[in-house]
Amino acid sequence: MYKQIKTHLFVLLIFSLWASNSHSEINVFACEPEWASLVQNLGGSKVNVFSATTALQDPHHIQARPSLIAKARRADLLICTGAELETGWLPLLLRKSGNGKILPGQPGHFMSADHVTLLEKPKLLDRSQGDVHADGNPHIHLDPNRIMLIAEALASTLSRIDPDNQSYYQKNWTSFKDTWSKAITKWEQHSQSLRGKKIVVNHNSWVYLENWLSLERVATLEPKPGIAPSSAHLAQVLAELKDNQADMILYATYQNDKAVRWLAHKTHIPVVALDFSVSSDETLFQWYERILNQLLDSK
Amino acid sequence: MRKKFIVAATIAAISNINPVWADSDIEALRKQVEALKKDYEQRINALENRLQQSEENAQLAQQKVEQIVDKVENTKSTSSAGQSNFNPAVSVILDGRYADFDNDPDAYELPGFMLGNEAGLGEDGFSIGHTEIAFSANIDDKFYGKATLAIHDHEGETETDLEEAYIQTLGLGNGLTVKAGRFYSAIGYLNEQHEHTWDFADAPLIYRGLFGNQLRDDGLQITYVAPTDLFMQVGSELFRGDRFPGGGDHDGVGAWTVFANIGGDIGIEHSWQLGFNHWRENDVNGRTSGGHSHGGAATETPSFSGDSKISSLDLVYKWAPNGNPTSQNFKFQFEYFDRREDGNITMLNSGPPEEVSTYDGQQDGWYAQAVYQFKPHWRTGIRYDRLSSNNKGSDDDVLAEAGLDDEGHTPERYSAMLEWLPSEYSRIRLQFNRDDSYEDADNQIFLQYTHSLGSHGAHQF
Repeated sequence: MYKQIKTHLFVLLIFSLWASNSHSEINVFACEPEWASLVQNLGGSKVNVFSATTALQDPHHIQARPSLIAKARRADLLICTGAELETGWLPLLLRKSGNGKILPGQPGHFMSADHVTLLEKPKLLDRSQGDVHADGNPHIHLDPNRIMLIAEALASTLSRIDPDNQSYYQKNWTSFKDTWSKAITKWEQHSQSLRGKKIVVNHNSWVYLENWLSLERVATLEPKPGIAPSSAHLAQVLAELKDNQADMILYATYQNDKAVRWLAHKTHIPVVALDFSVSSDETLFQWYERILNQLLDSK
Repeated sequence: MRKKFIVAATIAAISNINPVWADSDIEALRKQVEALKKDYEQRINALENRLQQSEENAQLAQQKVEQIVDKVENTKSTSSAGQSNFNPAVSVILDGRYADFDNDPDAYELPGFMLGNEAGLGEDGFSIGHTEIAFSANIDDKFYGKATLAIHDHEGETETDLEEAYIQTLGLGNGLTVKAGRFYSAIGYLNEQHEHTWDFADAPLIYRGLFGNQLRDDGLQITYVAPTDLFMQVGSELFRGDRFPGGGDHDGVGAWTVFANIGGDIGIEHSWQLGFNHWRENDVNGRTSGGHSHGGAATETPSFSGDSKISSLDLVYKWAPNGNPTSQNFKFQFEYFDRREDGNITMLNSGPPEEVSTYDGQQDGWYAQAVYQFKPHWRTGIRYDRLSSNNKGSDDDVLAEAGLDDEGHTPERYSAMLEWLPSEYSRIRLQFNRDDSYEDADNQIFLQYTHSLGSHGAHQF
C-alpha cells in the first residue's frame, strides 16, 4: 500500500517536473545588451532574456544589486563578455545566487570571449598600466566577424541546455548566419570611405571596430585604461594632433564627455558619440547600422 | 576597345601600302595613331599599377593572417602556461592615518554601554590602521574559500589576527548557500563589509557600542534566495558564542541569528534593500570589557552574565544617473539596533566581597548617512549617530562603575567626509567628527589613506 502511494507520488513528481520543464522558457541572464540581443535572435520564442545592463552603463563598473542576484538565481543560461570585463561584479552574483547551473564549467556559463581570439593581450600585468585585462581587450562585440563565431557557439550551447528544441535553434542559427553575412558584406561596402580615417578615442574600447573598418587610432584621451584624462596628458594629445590631424573623436555615450568636448573645442575635430551597445528598442543589426551611419555622417 | 584597335591597325597598314595618298591625310592619320598609342600605353600602365596594388594587398592580407595565427598561438601558449590562474587571489589593504583629537582618546567612553576591547578611538597623530592580507579562490567546482589576516597595533604591540577563514558552497542549487568557519555575521548592513569599504574612517557609534565595531564569530551560515523577481533572502547562523558581545566557553551553539533581506530596483536609476535581523545568546558567561584601575589597585573589570538579544533594521537606497555609477552616484543608509539584556554584572577583582548587581539592560541606537559622488573620483558624505540606554539594576553604583549608567547624557555624533579616489584601488579621505559621545564634546579630524594591492574582489551592494 505504502509502496504504491510512494510510486504514485514519484510518478506524479516526475510528471510535474517534466510538465513544468516542457512549458517553461529558458531564462537567460545576459551581462550586456549585445548578448541579450544575440541570444534573442537565436533563441526566439524559447528564451526569456534579461539584460543586466543597458547601453548607457559602464559594464566594468556595475554593482551586484539585489535585483541582479534575484535574476541570476533563476537563470538557466548566463551569457557575458568574459575576459575579466565583469570581474568587479559577476563573481559576487554567482556566489550569492546559489545557482549551480550558471557556474564556470557548466553549459549554462557562456563567456563570449572564450570563443574568439582577443587583441591587445598585455605583455606586462601591472596596475601602473591602468585597468588592464590579462586576457586581452574584452570589447569584442564591435567586430561582426567575431559575433558570428560567438553566435555559432551560442547556438550549440542553447541546443545543449534545451535539447528538445535543438532543430529550432539550428534553424535560427542558419538564418542568422545568412542574414548576418549579408549584412557584413553590405556594411563593408558602405564603409569603404572610412578606411584609413584617423580617430581619437576616449577609452581604448574601439580596437575591434578599428581593426574591422581599418580605422587608425592616433590618440587616446585616457593616459592609461580606466584612468581619467589629466590636463597634462590632454595637452600632450593636443600637441600631437597639431602634427597629425585626426578625422574624428570617438567616445561611448556612457562615458564622461568632458575631455572629449574640451579637445573638440580646441581642435574643431568632429565628435562622434556612439552608444556602446544595443538600445532597448533595437536589434543587433539596427545598432550596427546606426553606429556605422553615425561614423559615415561625421566625415 | 578591340574593334578600335583593329580599325587603327588596318588604317596603319593601309597608310603604309598606299603611298598615293596626300601628305596632309597621312599626317592626320599618323596623329590619330599616335593618340591611340598613347591612350593604350596609359591604360596598360593603369592595369599594371592595379595588378601591383592587388599583389601588395594580397601580401598585406597574408601578413594579417600571419598576425592572427601568431595571436592564436600566443593565446594557446599562455592559457596552457597559465598556472598562476590556479593560485589564490591575493590582496593587501594598506591603511594609514593621521588623527587629531581635542580630548585624550584613551579617556573615551560611551555612557550606558560596556565597550569591547577594540572599540577605542585609536592613536592621536600618525598611525597604521587596519592592514589586511586576504587570500581567496574557488577551491573546486563546489567550494569557495577565503582567509583574511588583519595586522594592527594594539597598545603599542603589533597583533596579527585571523579575521576571517571560511569556506562557502558554490551552486548548491535552489538558491541555497552554506558557509562555515570564521566570518562576519550577516546581521546588519555594514557588519558584513570589511572596514576598508566603509564610507567613514570609524564605525557607527551603535556598532562600537554593541559589537566593539563588528560582529564575527566561528560557526555556520545558511542562506536561501527565493526564485522571485523581487530579491528575497532569508538566512540563519549558528555561532560558538564566545566572542564579544557573547562570552564564556560554549561547547555547542552559543549564539544564533536569523535575518531576512528584500530588495530591488525602481526603474533603472534607483535600487534599494531592506533587512531585518536578530541575534541571540542565552548564556553569556562572563563578558568583560575594558576595566578601570583605582589608584594602583588591581584593575576592576566589569563582567556580564545572562541572556542577550539584539534586533535590528537596515535600509539602503542607491541612485545613479542612467544606473551608471561611474561618474555620479548617491547612497543613503540607515540602521537601527536594539539590545535587551537580563542577568548580572560582577566587578571582577573588587572587594572582597565582590560587587554584584542584577542587570536589566535596554540599549538602542541608530545612524543615518548619505554619500554623494559628485564627480568622477570625488565623494563627500555626512553621517549622524545617536544612542540611548535605559539600564536598571539592584546596585546603581556597580552599574555606574561598569559604564552602564547613561550619566544623563545622550551620545550623538556628527561626521562629514571628503574623499579623493585616484583609481579604484586607492583612496584619500579627510573626515571631521563632532563627537558628543560623552559629556566632553570632542572635535576629531582624520586624514586617512586606504589602498589596495593585488587582486581586488567585488564589493557588495
